[in-house]
Amino acid sequence: QEPQASGLPEYIKIVEVGPRDGLQNEKVIVPTDIKIELINQLSKTGLPVVEVTSFVSSKWVPQMADHKEVMRGIERHPGVHYPVLTPNLQGFHSAIAAGATEVSVFGAASESFSKMNINCSIEESIEKFEEVAKSARNMNIPVRGYVSCALGCPYEGNIIPAKVAEVSKRLYSMGCYEISLGDTIGVGTPGSMKKMLEAVMKEIPLSALAVHCHDTYGQALANILTAIQMGVSVVDSSVSGLGGCPYAKGATGNVATEDVIYMLNGLGINTGVNLYAVMEAGNFICTALNKKTNSKVAQASFNTGTI
Amino acid sequence: QVSAAAAVGPYPKQVKVVEVGPRDGLQNEKNVVPTPVKISLINMLSETGLQVIEATSFVSPKWVPQMADHTEVMQGINKVPGISYPVLTPNLKGFQAAVAAGAKEVSIFGAASELFTKKNINCSIEESLERFSEVMAAARAANIPVRGYVSCVLGCPYEGKISAAKVAEVSKKMYSMGCYEISLGDTIGVGTPGSMKEMLTMVMKEVPVGALAVHCHDTYGQALANILVALQMGVSVVDASVAGLGGCPYAQGASGNVATEDLVYMLNGLGIHTGVDLQKLMDTGTFICNALNRRTNSKVSQASCRL
Repeated sequence: QEPQASGLPEYIKIVEVGPRDGLQNEKVIVPTDIKIELINQLSKTGLPVVEVTSFVSSKWVPQMADHKEVMRGIERHPGVHYPVLTPNLQGFHSAIAAGATEVSVFGAASESFSKMNINCSIEESIEKFEEVAKSARNMNIPVRGYVSCALGCPYEGNIIPAKVAEVSKRLYSMGCYEISLGDTIGVGTPGSMKKMLEAVMKEIPLSALAVHCHDTYGQALANILTAIQMGVSVVDSSVSGLGGCPYAKGATGNVATEDVIYMLNGLGINTGVNLYAVMEAGNFICTALNKKTNSKVAQASFNTGTI
Repeated sequence: QVSAAAAVGPYPKQVKVVEVGPRDGLQNEKNVVPTPVKISLINMLSETGLQVIEATSFVSPKWVPQMADHTEVMQGINKVPGISYPVLTPNLKGFQAAVAAGAKEVSIFGAASELFTKKNINCSIEESLERFSEVMAAARAANIPVRGYVSCVLGCPYEGKISAAKVAEVSKKMYSMGCYEISLGDTIGVGTPGSMKEMLTMVMKEVPVGALAVHCHDTYGQALANILVALQMGVSVVDASVAGLGGCPYAQGASGNVATEDLVYMLNGLGIHTGVDLQKLMDTGTFICNALNRRTNSKVSQASCRL
């Protein structure tokens, strides 16, 4: 395959969110040593970025209560980045004290979602993030910005692309080096993905954009394909498709890293990731969680005994 | 990127969805479905706006017990004016039985792999095409349209990689024999947008795009992304199976057909007209899954039930 000939990126950076976004949305609380082992296994797959944990109050997110222990307990492989979520300045300081060298902040393109999720308006949340970004800048710590509900909101329904562009621009202007656009409830399709990206690309350079697609309606790979056809070269995914959708009981959430890599391999796009190693890490965590994988590639491969 | 945005679309304004659930779907389900349930399924599908519903297969019940009731099904269904109910006819005997039972359209199944043909129907590709020429002659005499399927277009469970040139060759032969449409099947779902594009580029040199359809399996989660690429290349006929009925006989427990609901959701999001009522389709999926005592494979269905 010749990715350049078809206008596709030659290399795509995969941001693995399984240990944070994935586990956060799993019902079963995972013991600290299992989390650490998962991250250590992922560190050996070639993945360039593994989102480790979230420095959020354990009252809100019990799954991430062991954030300090996990941060301190993991192996730090050279060349791999280990960002953590920091919703505010307090979380940021705690993260730095625990050894974090990169952080993420989470905005949303929907007022209702912002209110329901973090109990403040988009504007108020941006102010909090600016405090984090300022401290981070002083300490030379990179900050990644997420925009939730980029293709639809569980409360507001339709979200206008201009709003996504506006929030993205605020995050980028405050110093976020990358903006990850999240289809939080997976309702997006290649049609809405294209419209949203066209609006955002007017404000943010393409190389600073990432897509974070949920597979709740089975649209994730088609949406990701659309994004990379438009030049996006950073894709978030979760090993085994960990992490259901908190807004649709029993439905799936994150797209499976294995399925994304399978597609990118088939397109001749370099990711640096060993698919088989990711499947093994997926097998490990699914066994620990006593659940079936959400990755179709893993399901098919383990059943035929071929990869 | 050289006009990367231009690579996205334009899409066809409308797409014909060919529903293969009652035949391809049920044929690959473990539980044998009683005749009245099959008839109800097809009748319900006839109310959704689908224009083509593959009803059954006139093959020996010794080989395919699930389709043993082909005559009763063909005679029992409501034949709604404007809807086509093609049936599979592997040979002249099956063709004659089909016409006697009231069939007005038939399908024949070729393959792009010699080994697959040998294992599946115990002859070479050349010999299978000779058998089909008998069916073609009879069909022409009776003014019955014939649809041609080519299996293994993106990979074979026995041969592995399949050359795009071979797919083009078999497609050309079947088209020249008089098939009005050629459905290109990714039988084991191993294809990706890369191999889909390569294969279609070759086939489109021999068969007009207006006569092409894609039949993608979702075994590796790639179906919708593959279909998207096919649409971008001008294909406007897509096969799918309600509720994603029909597992993969080559990977135990893995999925097979792409779910019609998930396909229609994507096409709706792209503003492509199908004429299909998604809610009625989901209701039909619920019906057959209850009858089969199984969960749906459609993510749209899974998500929608809980919102």
